[in-house]
Amino acid sequence: MNLLLEAIHWVFDPANYGGPNGIETRSGEHLALSGLVLLIAVVIAVPFGYFIGHTGHGRALIVPLSGGVRALPTLGLLILVALNVGIGVVAPVVALVVLAIPSILAGAYSGFEAIDRRVIDAARAVGMTEWQILARVEIPLGLPLLIGGLRSASLQVIATATLADYVSGGGLGHFLFLGLQTNNYPEMLGGSIVVIVLALASEGLFGLLQRLVVPAGVAARQPKDVRLRPVRSQTALG
Amino acid sequence: MNWIANNLGQVGQLTLAHLAIALPPIVLSFVISVPIGWLANRLRWSRGILRWSSGVLLTLCVLLYAIPSFPLFVALPSLIGTGLRDPVNVVVGLTLYGIALMVRTSADGLAAVDPDVRQSATAVGFSGWSRFWRVELPLSAPVLLAGLRVVAVSTVSLTTVGAVLGINSLGTLFTDGFQRGIAAEIATGIVVTMAIALIIDAILVLVGRLLLPWVRATSRAGGPRMSRSVKQAVVT
Repeated sequence: MNLLLEAIHWVFDPANYGGPNGIETRSGEHLALSGLVLLIAVVIAVPFGYFIGHTGHGRALIVPLSGGVRALPTLGLLILVALNVGIGVVAPVVALVVLAIPSILAGAYSGFEAIDRRVIDAARAVGMTEWQILARVEIPLGLPLLIGGLRSASLQVIATATLADYVSGGGLGHFLFLGLQTNNYPEMLGGSIVVIVLALASEGLFGLLQRLVVPAGVAARQPKDVRLRPVRSQTALG
Repeated sequence: MNWIANNLGQVGQLTLAHLAIALPPIVLSFVISVPIGWLANRLRWSRGILRWSSGVLLTLCVLLYAIPSFPLFVALPSLIGTGLRDPVNVVVGLTLYGIALMVRTSADGLAAVDPDVRQSATAVGFSGWSRFWRVELPLSAPVLLAGLRVVAVSTVSLTTVGAVLGINSLGTLFTDGFQRGIAAEIATGIVVTMAIALIIDAILVLVGRLLLPWVRATSRAGGPRMSRSVKQAVVT
């Protein structure tokens, strides 16, 4: 517990702010790296996810691929890329984009798949073109699940970006690696606390966003849980 | 290829060390999570403070999962009194992650059991205890298995992070390969880690087929469907 207090003290110590290794500078780097990674991942994953969700093609290929990526150790990928392109910020970006893509992809296509097929049929029946269905029905209705995918991607990226400094990529990992080398426990723990706070802030932010993007009509139609026990939906007669 | 041939012994040793760290958290988190998930689900049906505490329990799990692995491995020694380079840190840390994922899945899986089935079980005379073991657990098993597969794969992959702290696992091939500039060593580490993850996943699927012969029959009608949140957790 004493260590925890020292770590909290480290976080609020003015001596640890300012300059290239200040907590605020490193946090800024950490967030900038994470934001860039998410942006690139969205640009790659969302069109693919929407294509899969709208057409239903390619699902059989993408699902096992996403599972495979989850088994891929990010640390290994990070170091392998760093060995090829040199130390710096490029290797973390590449490794983290690979990490972020599956969640966002899954969010994009599962958002489309969760839509009641009758809604899409109805849209088609009233004469909407495929592009209109995409832009005015599927994308708005699929948005909450897409944001959900973005939320887990963001959490993973902010957490894993801590490893970026292993290949001199900057970010909050700096304090952890430095503390590790010098056996400075308060610094290690303090750095951890800052990362955890950032991760939780991202969770909270995306959680809020996820609620805000539910279209008004859908939110109004969701039935209140009056009875916990669902009424039998179908009666089986002879 | 040459590198692998010359260092087969080391790779084998690190693979065993890797398994020794990765397997206990998979088993432990499952055994610990199912009762907690049951409790969370049970509390969800009660009123007032108890219902509220179920929400707190599930939120705690989300927060736990939000803690990055590397800082957690660094922070744990000072909290549980182990050495900085003790493999126990990684085992405890990964168990915590497993619990964070699995509690939610167990609660959702148990909640997805058809209330009609639950009431029928009570009506034909099952006690609460035997109803859990013989009705609710078997029916929610497919969901639990899906959650366990996610836990297993991510645990095997996350075990490598311990290498940054000097804890031996297949991740040691990454850090060592980086220092010595041997790409083949790093690639070997990646491939073997993924292979272990996929083999454990395949074993779990096989065990599921053997132990849960009713899954295929119930997936068509009446069985617990995966709720959207579970599906989302499983795909992401």
